Amino acid sequence: MSTPVDQAKNAERFLADTVHEQRLDKLLWAMRMRRDAAARQVPEWEELRTLASEIKEHTLSNLSDYLIQFEAKATANGMIVHWARDAHEHNQIVYDLLAGQGSNMLVKSKSMLTEECEWRPFLERRGIRVTETDLGERIQQLDDQPPGHIVGPAIHKTTQDVAIVFSKKYGSDPENEDAAYLAGVMRENTRPDILDARAGMTGANFVVAETGAVVVATNEGNADLSANTPPLHICSVGIEKIIPTTESLAVFVRLLTRSATGDRITQYTSTFRGPRKGAAMHVILVDNGRSARLGMKRFWHSLKCIRCAACMNTCPVYRRSGGLSYGSTYMGPIGIIMMPTFEIRKYSELPFASTLNGSCTNVCPVKIDIHEQIYGWREVMEENDQIQVVKKEAMRVADKVLSHPTLYQIATTTVSTALEVLPHFAVYNRLNAWGKHRDVPEATTQTFHEWYRTHRPKTNEEVRRG
Amino acid sequence: MNSTQALSRNTILDSVRANQPAKLPMPSIPHFHMNQHHTNQPADLVAAFCESIARMAGVVVTEDVPDLDSFQCAKFPEAKVICSAIPEYAGTIKPASLNHWSEASKIDVCILRSPMGVAETGSILLSDIELQVNTIAFLAHDLVVLLDPKQIVGNIHDAYEHPYFKLRSYSVLMTGPSGSGDISGITVHPAQGVKTLTVILSSALSPTPNASRRMG
Amino acid sequence: MMQAALMVPCYVDTFYPHVGIATLELLEKLGVDVVCPKDQTCCGQPMANSGCYEEARATEEHCARVFGSFDYVVTPSGSCTHHIRNKFSAGADSPEKQKLVRNTYDLVEFLHDVLKIRDFPWATFEHKVALHTSCSAIRGLNMASMSERVHDTVFSKPKALLSGVSGIEFVEFERVDECCGFGGTFAVTEEAVSAKMGYDKLAFMQKASPDCIISSDMSCLMHLQGCARRQKQDTPFYHVAEVLNGVSL
Repeated sequence: MSTPVDQAKNAERFLADTVHEQRLDKLLWAMRMRRDAAARQVPEWEELRTLASEIKEHTLSNLSDYLIQFEAKATANGMIVHWARDAHEHNQIVYDLLAGQGSNMLVKSKSMLTEECEWRPFLERRGIRVTETDLGERIQQLDDQPPGHIVGPAIHKTTQDVAIVFSKKYGSDPENEDAAYLAGVMRENTRPDILDARAGMTGANFVVAETGAVVVATNEGNADLSANTPPLHICSVGIEKIIPTTESLAVFVRLLTRSATGDRITQYTSTFRGPRKGAAMHVILVDNGRSARLGMKRFWHSLKCIRCAACMNTCPVYRRSGGLSYGSTYMGPIGIIMMPTFEIRKYSELPFASTLNGSCTNVCPVKIDIHEQIYGWREVMEENDQIQVVKKEAMRVADKVLSHPTLYQIATTTVSTALEVLPHFAVYNRLNAWGKHRDVPEATTQTFHEWYRTHRPKTNEEVRRG
Repeated sequence: MNSTQALSRNTILDSVRANQPAKLPMPSIPHFHMNQHHTNQPADLVAAFCESIARMAGVVVTEDVPDLDSFQCAKFPEAKVICSAIPEYAGTIKPASLNHWSEASKIDVCILRSPMGVAETGSILLSDIELQVNTIAFLAHDLVVLLDPKQIVGNIHDAYEHPYFKLRSYSVLMTGPSGSGDISGITVHPAQGVKTLTVILSSALSPTPNASRRMG
Repeated sequence: MMQAALMVPCYVDTFYPHVGIATLELLEKLGVDVVCPKDQTCCGQPMANSGCYEEARATEEHCARVFGSFDYVVTPSGSCTHHIRNKFSAGADSPEKQKLVRNTYDLVEFLHDVLKIRDFPWATFEHKVALHTSCSAIRGLNMASMSERVHDTVFSKPKALLSGVSGIEFVEFERVDECCGFGGTFAVTEEAVSAKMGYDKLAFMQKASPDCIISSDMSCLMHLQGCARRQKQDTPFYHVAEVLNGVSL
């Protein structure tokens, strides 16, 4: 049984590094402001969000039909469609395709799904070399770290951090922190692999059932590079990425980049409808728990996610914890509501890494009720006995005291006894946690109810509600 | 489809059918027009297009370019391999002369024609028809794209009505040169793809039928 | 004469009784017959928000019994109101519970929407104020517009009320509706992040040089004041009720 990720402790460690924390917080808040500015330029923004949400809900509630439609169209277009029940099957399919070609190397553009499937270690153990072509993913790959953000995987790193990673792996100048220089180093070193590769792997942002097409949006064009240069293109995509029509695609394309970075569109927004002449294109439709999640009444809306990371950028907890603190493929608000579906015990603490402030829900382009689901997951954790015994016991005591007026009034006669019982403070039997960086509330001479009894005695007598 | 795949397919579809919520209707998508700053009048669309592409470090040329050859000589004096994907200009090579997709990386400048621009985003549309060799779109160093301003549509809804998206095997809405903000949020151009993108907005272009002065 | 029950949140009762007193006096000034049930304890929010659903049941049922017969239940707490109105599901259903859910108001809502008061002639407050509105109030109760929804008309019910106090001046500060970091038990379970959020919030406010910090949620103020005092900042903190009731600095 796996130990739960201690997100709070990881966050504390991240916070101790003031340079990185302050930088990340400022950078991602600026991204949130850019998103706001972009949304302001689209008068129909809220209408688009509602449409996107309804299109996704319609699609997910008719998912089997759309999957079948996509398969038929894609096959007619010359693609080969595979189905993977879980991560292992996905990885095996990819390996078999490469083995069939005799390839031991491939290039890849960003795909969070492949991270979810732990696909790279699977292949590397079998002698396949993988070159990530997305700049952020490549930095993380070279640094042997998972992505820290689903849009900017290395966004938590300073230019100095990147310069050091590149100097170690590419022999570039460790003192040269210029971002353009570093991007150039990446381009030079990746280009040969791109040109030599006989296989390329991409994810997809959207899968269009009506036309049998996959749509990939990148700033670098690296998905196009990975898909179009080698003779074998493998596209891995979660089954929830399906949308019905090209017409509906427009709604999502208008929302995606504005939500993610504040730009109106990415530099390359590409539609792949079939292999080019002389090449092969394979699409792997991956379940890996998605169909089960579809049946979760309270949580299936999380499948609407289009991976824009707006929720992470706005989340005040994420910005101060860092993405790696969640110990998960998907992090921040969307991660909190997705990860427990993969491993409930490992991610049982994540739903508590939130103040339930609701900002995430209101920036989500597909109107996922994220903070409501976070609240819902807390109840699930309790029902499944995943809550720490200490916390549960403190809450049990609190409920007993707070449902019995006499007990409550005794407990609140002194500040110190009140502090031990009132749930905010009682969670750890001591006040150590509250008092680490904050003063405790000052002592008072009497409670409100004591004051009321002496100052409004008549009304006090009249009111006896049972 | 082999038997394992058939099993996987059926297992997944069965699970989806068992779990999918009660059917919810597909909303009807309104025909949105450009925002309050722009109407769908042609002059406004050109201005909007120019503003949008400039945000993404694309370059627009609105003056007449009487001679493509002198234009690209002046703009790319170091370029040796000029690929022309348009019939009226020879360049030093044509896409058809590329033996392998990866050879597109040897192209310094490629001249292309785009059938459509999008004012909302500053995008130009390219497909396997215009590119002829898909890899030109990201392996060539610099792109020069001819676009008739009358072919600029208002927004992305208009853009996706283009038949390419239902017919071509590869179509790309390209918006400026490749870029990335992955290093500490700092936007850099280029990233992996093309280094510069220049759009010439001209409905009339005088072609130079002979080969360029410089040989590849 | 309109009658209303006053619900005093457990932590206000214990640590900030003067806020309960100010609320009571303010309502009485406005001609409301205020009743304060002596058996009240808590709305159950802290346990429910911790996922400890079972452990909120008895408290919520008790709350429904105590308050469920009133046409108006008023509380100086956005978070308690949000919990009762939107999340009050741990206890068994009953007519009292349904009535309580319908009839509970945050004090600001009650003044702004029910009594429709805009003037507080007995109050003067000639100071610069940094107004903080809680996430429960903004996104749970629609008491003010939120920055995420960029096309919404900007409004703030607490600000509208406070504007009826002579001399008051509002300072503008950055990240006006970013969460302060309290978050209930989050404040102790994720102490480091909670405190950092509080410190940051204070820094943004202090940059605008306010004379004091005001909110309609004492839970946020409890947290922010704790952070401020630890940093040796002596900025005064007030609940909206106190200012409307005529407190002086």
